[in-house]
Amino acid sequence: MIMGGSGEKPQLIINGKRTDGRVPDELRPIKLEVGTLKNAEGSAYLEWGNNKVLAAVYGPKEAQPKHIADPNRAIIKCRYQMAPFSSLEEHSRSGPNRRAIEISKVTKEVFENVILLDNFPGSEIDIFIEVLQSDGGTRAAGITAAAAAVASSGIPMKDIPYAVSAGKAGDLILLDLNKIEDNYSDADMPVAIAPRNNEVLLLQMDGSMSKEQFDSALQMIKKAGETITKIQRDALEARYR
Amino acid sequence: MIAENEEYILGLLGKGMREHERGQMQYRDIKIEIGKIPHAEGSAMVDIGNTKVLVGVKLDVGDPLPDKPNEGALITGAELLPLANAEYETGPPSPEAIEFARVVDRGIRAAEVVDLGALFIEEGKVWSTFVDIYVLNYDGNLFDAGTLASSAALLSARMPKYEDGNVIREGSLGKLKTKGMVTSCTFAKVGRNILLDPNANEERIMAGRLTIANDENVIRAMQKGLSGSFSYAELSNLIDTTFDNSKRLRSMLDSAVGE
Repeated sequence: MIMGGSGEKPQLIINGKRTDGRVPDELRPIKLEVGTLKNAEGSAYLEWGNNKVLAAVYGPKEAQPKHIADPNRAIIKCRYQMAPFSSLEEHSRSGPNRRAIEISKVTKEVFENVILLDNFPGSEIDIFIEVLQSDGGTRAAGITAAAAAVASSGIPMKDIPYAVSAGKAGDLILLDLNKIEDNYSDADMPVAIAPRNNEVLLLQMDGSMSKEQFDSALQMIKKAGETITKIQRDALEARYR
Repeated sequence: MIAENEEYILGLLGKGMREHERGQMQYRDIKIEIGKIPHAEGSAMVDIGNTKVLVGVKLDVGDPLPDKPNEGALITGAELLPLANAEYETGPPSPEAIEFARVVDRGIRAAEVVDLGALFIEEGKVWSTFVDIYVLNYDGNLFDAGTLASSAALLSARMPKYEDGNVIREGSLGKLKTKGMVTSCTFAKVGRNILLDPNANEERIMAGRLTIANDENVIRAMQKGLSGSFSYAELSNLIDTTFDNSKRLRSMLDSAVGE
């Protein structure tokens, strides 16, 4: 995002390397575990760089309150939240702020696309994403973790989506922005994709990008998707082997 | 009602048609009027077909954000007023209203419509710019109407003065310092069709929505909404369509604000 801090803008690229030593198209290390929380129908714990994210799925169960139920399909409720202690900056107020409400909405819409809602008329499926530690890219981490959690719950899905962001420092496209890069980059674009057909399920962007830069950012995301998809599948297999 | 509407809209699309004889990539009539609310530092009313949106801009002296002590603030809110649509309810802002305000905000912010650096007053004091989007009548495509009205209101806003601890809002005032300009194009995916500037009937049955905000050939903000998806090829085409259409939107903005 373009709204950086007031202080001097840090060099995001030194000798071709990023602030954390990565090259432009390199993902941070990702560790994913499925089945972390015993009460939930499905759950996952994800460490993505310094991000630490828990996702849990409850349901399908009878939709509450009853008037929100859809007689033809399940509804999804989604809550993304950042813990008040999750950032390196000051304590943040607990409870959903406007940013979290928007992220919850677009995350819910990703899962409305892939979950076979018609199988569960009148019911609700709850997806909870708790960001315990944040370092940029938490909505992508949350979607990636929640996708594994839904898959592990046995709720039928068309596909297991993944998400990752790309951005821009000067004219250089960067994959998977960390917090410093997010604060000082010239563009930030989180994307979620269904890997089977490569349809784009979530797309947000702000900053500045030419059409050519948009194209190369999407290509970079798609390539990273192969890695992320494999991590999701490996974690699911490890759980149910 | 919804089923009938769906049948009607899909029936038209099946014949390559759209309500009011519109093409799939054609806007409804657009009207931009500035200065409707003289008490506000800036204001603009935008009509896109029957959609009517009013934006008021106010500037107040306030505290800077902790991480940006030398910059003014930009605060964008949106109200989906109950008088605008039978389906809107009173109460705290819905996720839809929050998303709407935040997408408009991102476009304005990324295109640097307001020169936030020029809003510094003194240590610990800056101007805060409040952009309030009032939806007066809903007939689809709030995003483009909101972005156009916000741009027009900001580009035509006057700049109050701060003297001896008082805010002076009247008399001879300069203009709010602005840098960029932004417009947006919003598309609805209905069946296999993609429609520019969806009206309410089209939005009620759309699977997906995509908004692209730009400033000439620079994409400034994007937002995909709802459960429907878009392919790479579709996104690529819609960026081109946005760049094309934005020329006319920009020139309408230019003439509305008298530049």
